[in-house]
Amino acid sequence: MADADLAHRLQVAAERRRRRVGARRSNQLIPESSIAGSALTMVIAIMSFLASLTLGAVTLVRDASSDWQLDIRREVTIQVRPVEGADIETELARAAAMARLTQGVSSVEVLDQAQNLSLLEPWLGTGLAISDLPLPRLIVVRLGGRNADLAGLAARLQAEIPGTSLDDHGAWASRLRTMAGATVAAGLLILGLVFAATAVSIVFATRGAMAGNSHIVSVLHFVGAEDGYIAREFQRHFLLLGLRGGLAGAGAAALMFAVIGFILVPLLFGSDTQSLSVLFGRFTVGPIGYFGALAIAFVIALMTALTSRLTVYSQLAENR
Amino acid sequence: MQQRHQQEAGDLIRFENVGLRYGVGPEVLRDINFNIAPQSFQFLTGPSGAGKTTLIRLLFMSLRPTRGLVTVFGREISTLTAADYAPFRRRIGVVFQDFRLLDHLTTFENVALPLRVIGREESSYRADVVELLRWVGLGDQINVHPPIMSGGEKQRAAIARALITQPEMLLADEPTGNVDPPLARRLMRLFIELNRLGTAVLIATHDINLMNQFDARRLVLEDGRLTIYG
Repeated sequence: MADADLAHRLQVAAERRRRRVGARRSNQLIPESSIAGSALTMVIAIMSFLASLTLGAVTLVRDASSDWQLDIRREVTIQVRPVEGADIETELARAAAMARLTQGVSSVEVLDQAQNLSLLEPWLGTGLAISDLPLPRLIVVRLGGRNADLAGLAARLQAEIPGTSLDDHGAWASRLRTMAGATVAAGLLILGLVFAATAVSIVFATRGAMAGNSHIVSVLHFVGAEDGYIAREFQRHFLLLGLRGGLAGAGAAALMFAVIGFILVPLLFGSDTQSLSVLFGRFTVGPIGYFGALAIAFVIALMTALTSRLTVYSQLAENR
Repeated sequence: MQQRHQQEAGDLIRFENVGLRYGVGPEVLRDINFNIAPQSFQFLTGPSGAGKTTLIRLLFMSLRPTRGLVTVFGREISTLTAADYAPFRRRIGVVFQDFRLLDHLTTFENVALPLRVIGREESSYRADVVELLRWVGLGDQINVHPPIMSGGEKQRAAIARALITQPEMLLADEPTGNVDPPLARRLMRLFIELNRLGTAVLIATHDINLMNQFDARRLVLEDGRLTIYG
């Protein structure tokens, strides 16, 4: 008897729960099931993933380029070429002394012959008797700040020590800036294309949803609903779809950044991440990449809502 | 509502030399002239395909005439902007032959729809909707969805939806077409009661027997032309 009573009460509770859930679902004027939600969510997730990936790649290149430029700006090189009748070691010492006395210079290192030869090894190989060749010698000058008087140093070197020149690596820095700028511009272009493709997908999805729900739109019209009300009903659905898809795609991209930066790179390169960082900086996407992915998710969600709203307005105007 | 009607000195709707054609086809309605006065009651009749539904669509502003003037609540409809349609439609209740209830909403939600779309809170209209549903005999069908309702129940739900905002005019397209004679008479009594309360009523029907039971003006459509009796 007690079991039967309990079973009855459970049935009543289940029915109430079902009615509550049913009431919540039926309360939507545009049924969620009537919109091709899963396909559009997937498209939005993929677009959000690609956009986040592009943003991550752009920040990676920009950070690496910034590191490279910073490194380049921290050093200049004095090249002392052998000149007939002059002792190159003396000239090196004079040039180094001049550099040390220059404002903004933190340290000066004269590369010896062995270091000089090791720099040439990649091009000439080892075991060659090149010590008798009149090779230029290098002095590495490290700068303490941006206010180093490099123009003055270059002028003094040229005036007082024939065959010397100062290379501030400006050509390299300029090329790096150009390359980084082009990469960022390409990334922004890709982002723009991804957003445009997303918008077009949403336009088609909204038109499909409106066609599938034309009977509801018609009823809403004849009971006196304004276009804005109908647009809001569709917009609400598409905002949720956009949020779901956007967050899924951006989340996947953020996870990928984390896996590559914190697991794959240490795993594949072990302790030799130093050589990788010469090319790609730290090879980890910084906070801007992660927050950017989150921002992309919300931008895509808002864009989804806005695009669907405008499409509904446009369709209603066409059908009037 | 009476006070609102007194403010409208003229006709609710006036048609002057109205003609309508679809695309480049022949005119389906020709030289239509008539008016609907406040608190009036009339039948719109004629053989099937005579253009009754088209005329109702014109009355409800879901079609525009290809010639002539249609004046609704004192405004000629060619002067209406997109934003004007919704407030004008709220003053007209429509009952369609195919009911046009939303299957995913309950009877209560369907009937409350005209109030919901103008932003009213459910708490402000719940009692009114329930009372109206009881009045049309659907007091025990409040939480039922249309797919499991009978034709007569759907018809009454559609009528309740058309009446919930106390419109100045009710247009009903074959409202008794899907119900048995006793229910048809019951629905007609409902419309007459509504008319006594101040709403102008136009009922499109081809049921001569039904019309013969009531003394009301008849608008007869035949070959696209309208003749008025009474």
